Amino acid sequence: MMAAIDHLPFIVGSYAAAFVVIAALVAWVTIDFRAQRRALADLEMHGLTRRSAGGPAQRSIEGAKEKA
Amino acid sequence: MALGDLANPSRFLAFANRAIPWLGGLTVIVFAFGLNQAMLAPNDYQQGATVKIMYLHVPSAWLSMMAWAVMTVAALGTLVWRHPLADVAAKAAAPIGGAFALLCLITGSLWGRPEWGTYWVWDARLTSELVLFLLYLGVVALWRTVEDPARAARAAAILTLVGAIDLPIIKFSVDWWNTLHQGASFGLEGSTIYPTILFPLLIMAAAFMLLFATLQLAAMRNEILRRRVRTLRLMRARTAS
Amino acid sequence: MTPLGALLIRDMRISVRVGGGALIGVLFFLVVVALMPFAIGPNLLLLKRIGPAILWLAALLASLLALDRLFAADHDDGSLDLLLMGRAPLELVVATKALAHWLTTGLPLVIAAPVIGLLLNLDAADDAALVLTLLVGTPALTFIGMVGAAIAVALRRGGLLLAVLVLPLTVPVLIFGVAAAQSAFAGAAPFGTAFTILCALTLASLVVGPFAAAAALRQEIE
Repeated sequence: MMAAIDHLPFIVGSYAAAFVVIAALVAWVTIDFRAQRRALADLEMHGLTRRSAGGPAQRSIEGAKEKA
Repeated sequence: MALGDLANPSRFLAFANRAIPWLGGLTVIVFAFGLNQAMLAPNDYQQGATVKIMYLHVPSAWLSMMAWAVMTVAALGTLVWRHPLADVAAKAAAPIGGAFALLCLITGSLWGRPEWGTYWVWDARLTSELVLFLLYLGVVALWRTVEDPARAARAAAILTLVGAIDLPIIKFSVDWWNTLHQGASFGLEGSTIYPTILFPLLIMAAAFMLLFATLQLAAMRNEILRRRVRTLRLMRARTAS
Repeated sequence: MTPLGALLIRDMRISVRVGGGALIGVLFFLVVVALMPFAIGPNLLLLKRIGPAILWLAALLASLLALDRLFAADHDDGSLDLLLMGRAPLELVVATKALAHWLTTGLPLVIAAPVIGLLLNLDAADDAALVLTLLVGTPALTFIGMVGAAIAVALRRGGLLLAVLVLPLTVPVLIFGVAAAQSAFAGAAPFGTAFTILCALTLASLVVGPFAAAAALRQEIE
């Protein structure tokens, strides 16, 4: 038989607070990741890539753009 | 893979993409085990069941200090080696460290209510944690003030290093101030920690460390992507004009 | 005259002439202390009890407010670039500027403190202890705050950001300054302990502050 736990609300409150803070951190990291990936995909769709990421062909396109 | 390879942001991204699911999974498993052990742990003969709050409070306090240590190492990387990945690491660690400092304060005051009869006592440990929390908020505010990441990184690095020098002094002064004003110590932890309580505490600490590692890697990945987006947008603005 | 001496005299001249605002800090100090009894009541015993704490807090805020202009004015008129390019080591240059700033804003606070202390019912011994702690402690406030001022000017932001960054770092100075100033009261720590630690804090800030501030300012030329 379980004895009544003293100060239960405070213990539950602490664990709930920990859950909320950790969940907020995880949500922040996840939502941010999705947003950045979407922004990158959006930019790449418009033909923009980082110079170091693209091959030589890509680089020459970028170079042409720069000159234009 | 050699450690030096990770210094390249692209390689780091590849590493983070592979490591984050594994670290996340491991974090969940260790958390499950640690929570189980914490529930099974015996009550303290003085504090009763409220000692269970310690399994959250103490690891959060440790992590909040460790995050500043991570920021300090990253700050040296920023100022000495001018390494962009160090900037990224420092920026990622600040909000995470701040969140754990906040969690430490919340659990500390919830623990304090049954023990002291009030939510907040100007106890030495809680007070230094509060100052640490304020310093984290200052660093985050600094990062959010400046748009250019390299400029913000160096300013934040200097603030972090000054904070790293000042934090032990703050800790010492607050301890001294506390004994001056209230004689007897109100310490949260008991004088001795029994192995039955220590073991779950160490498991929970390990779980928190793994959680920090996962969040840190994920936040660094986000920051690298954010910088790529920023560079591309600047490029587009330049070519458009 | 050496370059650093010339800089010291230039900075002091600028801050005392029209538009320099050296004495505004003292005025602010006086106004804050004069407002306190309206908030906590005119009870002389209570005011005597918390008088040193009020004066220390007012001094902290006053020196922080004045710090905003430490590098900003030089940045605006371009003389900061000259200082950065000059031959004198930047660490010594910023230390000299901080010294000039303290002489024109910190020292007047210390001189005004005993008079203002009388308003808070402090007797001669308390007043002497208070003046001594402010004399030793306010340089630490200037030299810690200087780091925040340098960061703020390098980022072209100022005001509240400076206060948010600097105030938590000044906790030790506040603790030991007030503790030493209150030592006359029963039950408080002996004056010597708190005062020597306050001296140590000031010496440490004299070393750390210039290096950190110079490092922050060097971003300007990059």
